[in-house]
Amino acid sequence: MKKFWALFFWFWPLVAILVCAVAPSRGWWFPSAPLSTLGHQIDGLFYLILIIVTVTFVGTQAALGYALWKGATKGSTQKAWFSHGSHKLEIIWTIVPAFILVFISLTQLDVLAEIRVISKFPDSVRNAPVAEVMARQFEWRIRYPKPGQQLMNVPQPGDLYFVNEVHVPAAIPTMINLRTQDVQHAFFVPRLRVKQDAVPGLIIPVWFEIEKAGEYELLCAELCGWGHYKMKARIIADSPKGVSEYLTRLEQEQNEDGVAEVDASKEQ
Amino acid sequence: MATITPALETHDHSHADGHGHHEQTFIQKYVFSTDHKVIGIQFLITTVLMLMVGGALALAVRWQLAFPWESMPVIGKVFGLFHGEGGQISPEFYTMLFTMHASVMIFLVIIPILAGAFGNFLIPLQIGADDMAFPVLNMLSYWFMWPAMFCFAVSFVASGPTAGPGNGWTSYPVLSDLATASPSSGAAQTWWLFGLTLVGVSSMMGSVNYMTTIINMRAPGMTLFRMPLTIWSMFITAILQSFALPVLTAAGFMLVFDRLSQLLPTTIHSVFFVPAGIIVNNAAPTVGGGQPLLWQHLFWFYSHPAVYIMLLPAMGMVSDMLACMSRKPVFGYKPMVYSMAAIAGLGFIVWGHHMFTSGMNPALGMTFMTSTMMIALPSAIKVFNWIGTIWDGNIQFNAVFLNCAAFVALFIVGGLSGIFMAAVPVDIYFHDTYFIVAHFHYVLFGATLFGVFAGIQFWFPKMFGRLMNDKVAKVHFVLTFIGMNGTFFPMHLLGIAGMPRRYADPYLHGYLEHLLPMNQFMTISAIIMGFAQFLLLGNFFLSIFYGKKAGRNPWNANGLEWSAPSPPGHGNFDVPPVCYRGPYEYSSPEAEALGQDFILQTTAPPAGVKRTAVHH
Ligand code: HEM
Ligand SMILES: [Cu+2]
Ligand SMILES: [Cu+2]
Repeated sequence: MKKFWALFFWFWPLVAILVCAVAPSRGWWFPSAPLSTLGHQIDGLFYLILIIVTVTFVGTQAALGYALWKGATKGSTQKAWFSHGSHKLEIIWTIVPAFILVFISLTQLDVLAEIRVISKFPDSVRNAPVAEVMARQFEWRIRYPKPGQQLMNVPQPGDLYFVNEVHVPAAIPTMINLRTQDVQHAFFVPRLRVKQDAVPGLIIPVWFEIEKAGEYELLCAELCGWGHYKMKARIIADSPKGVSEYLTRLEQEQNEDGVAEVDASKEQ
Repeated sequence: MATITPALETHDHSHADGHGHHEQTFIQKYVFSTDHKVIGIQFLITTVLMLMVGGALALAVRWQLAFPWESMPVIGKVFGLFHGEGGQISPEFYTMLFTMHASVMIFLVIIPILAGAFGNFLIPLQIGADDMAFPVLNMLSYWFMWPAMFCFAVSFVASGPTAGPGNGWTSYPVLSDLATASPSSGAAQTWWLFGLTLVGVSSMMGSVNYMTTIINMRAPGMTLFRMPLTIWSMFITAILQSFALPVLTAAGFMLVFDRLSQLLPTTIHSVFFVPAGIIVNNAAPTVGGGQPLLWQHLFWFYSHPAVYIMLLPAMGMVSDMLACMSRKPVFGYKPMVYSMAAIAGLGFIVWGHHMFTSGMNPALGMTFMTSTMMIALPSAIKVFNWIGTIWDGNIQFNAVFLNCAAFVALFIVGGLSGIFMAAVPVDIYFHDTYFIVAHFHYVLFGATLFGVFAGIQFWFPKMFGRLMNDKVAKVHFVLTFIGMNGTFFPMHLLGIAGMPRRYADPYLHGYLEHLLPMNQFMTISAIIMGFAQFLLLGNFFLSIFYGKKAGRNPWNANGLEWSAPSPPGHGNFDVPPVCYRGPYEYSSPEAEALGQDFILQTTAPPAGVKRTAVHH
């Protein structure tokens, strides 16, 4: 029975590793490979930590299981090892992890700066947000400047509006301004590895470079009330030409004067 | 303190006279008792029952994630009585469930079971005192839990039948500030804040008492470095608690003021957390110049140290139990003390790691990342020393030991997942996903709760004079261990898959649809784990009456508490203890000379041996 317990503590880490090993093939892993430039760097850092952590996990669990095994196979007449510890070991297992942890911290700094420090943003986007994303319970309101104009923080007469769909150019860096009208929300685009809280009273610039045209789900990652789970929206990345065509179309729709007869009949 | 007073006789009398001779009524003895042991047991029973309440709330959360919008059996019916929804969970009800699950578990279970139950019961016994320094304050610290529980209970119904407090245990403003922001932001939120404040009052009374008692009331010979690690951990926790808690209390009052200003606009004016121009629910824009991030800073300034308040005492207790069950001294006693102190110190400068995506200055993010990484270091040192403690020991494979070993094994997982989240760029992806939920359940359930299970069984004979049943406890251990891993390990994968936390229906989002079967597996594991707790309850309550009788020292342990009768009478020790050595001299030559593998801290060295002979 004693040996059973030692094996028990060896067994479950094996199961854990096994589950993680098959996870990517079963869809229990990232929703897709990262589809933004920063996403690649983030995933790289994730895998670096994953390797370090896996080695530590296996090492410590194996040692724990072995200590149990030793105890389980020890004759009942043999006495325990009388020791108050070892100065040398303490020094080793303080310094080695300290180096590893500092190393991990240092590897993060550049990427963090690229993501968050405004002076490190790509020049082309730094002062040129393409849209304002305004979160509110429980939807995303998008405001684009009138084509050819710059986005202002205060809404302008020619601005274009849409709900729950953000059109941005692919393959070049883009930046949006994130705000909230009411409570705190968070702008989360899993496939791009982008997340930023929308904080009441602040306007926060968020930049990313989507590699390929396509649709990316956008959801809310900060509890904002009972409907938090249904703030479902999408980001549509298109060629710059596609985006400006979309904006022109949007402008036309918005400027349509009075009751559009054609549309009214369709709505029946 | 360092030298031993041989004044045995005089002590004897003062103790005998101080206590025991006056008759006590039933109420004085068992209800409004000032005896630390009774108060400890009151805390223990209250918190174990609250554990079941918190567990029921958790199962309701799990039900919704596995079978969204389907009527929930049993628990749904019970809640349905109050909330009249035929057992079906509505989205606002779901937000209430996870909010109250966390609030109950953190404020009514984990914090009071460690400090309130074990701290109270063990501190005087392990340092050789007859009671706490301030017995009446101690009694009040228990009885302040009741108004706190009352406020939490009222909060369930204060905003009408469908809306309890639902803004998360973190209750970020503006959501928790403006009453119109959601159905659960009304009176329920205010009552919740009152409950939180009262729990704080209770904790503060306890902490002041623990610090004073440990500093002033140690038995002769009980030097600081002869204190069991349990006492060190309780001491450090009390310091953490008393420095961090005022900040939360202040923040709570600020939020209450903000909320009252909406009710009584002519008397109170405050907008600590509400900026100007906010429009909730089509109301008029707010006026004011508050700052919602201020709450996050204040809240986490308390709540990060609080997560260690929820762990350190368990670390101390597990160290004691591992040494006893391995019949070996704790490996690296002083490094264990220093690493706890380091955790406490660093714990005050890492709160920003909960705010990496909040828009706070990135330079701060870098600082908080580095300090957070460094806090993993003392945690790692402790793990290595625990393994060293077991290493080559004469292991007693009982339920106490197994729960302690599980503590170590599962704490490793929680510590390692913390490293991913300390790395800011990686955390940007993981923040507010199930990865976080996996992390804190491995540390709080995996480590703390398994430590508590072990502690209950280990000190049960001292509390009640009888042993708990080891076979039942082992079955409870296995079921809980498997259920725990089945429930929480897959959460790492859900987090990697990008599933956000606090979602009533994640499957609304196409990329999460395929995770439903995994969530169903987790819910089934959670149900097994939940029901396994009835084994603990049954074992606990039946053993009080039918357990095998235990003598003073059923585990052959060394601490002062084991020299007292089981259960100790009022005033604790029949022979006032004098401490001659450290608490972990298992298998020492000195013990062997006596023909045993332990030596009580109170056993006097043979005449002629220098009293300070045993060093670490
Ligand atoms: C090895 C050391 C640890 C590190 C590096 C670490 C790191 C972190 C980080 C960075 C977060 C925030 C993640 C986010 O929200 O994005 C976090 C959350 C959390 N940690 Fe830890 N942690 C450690 C140990 C612990 C321990 C020992 C406990 C408790 C006993 C704990 C309890 C929690 C809790 C409860 C949360 C989530 C709070 C919430 O958002 O509701 N952590 N941890
Ligand atoms: Cu939300
Ligand atoms: Cu923290």
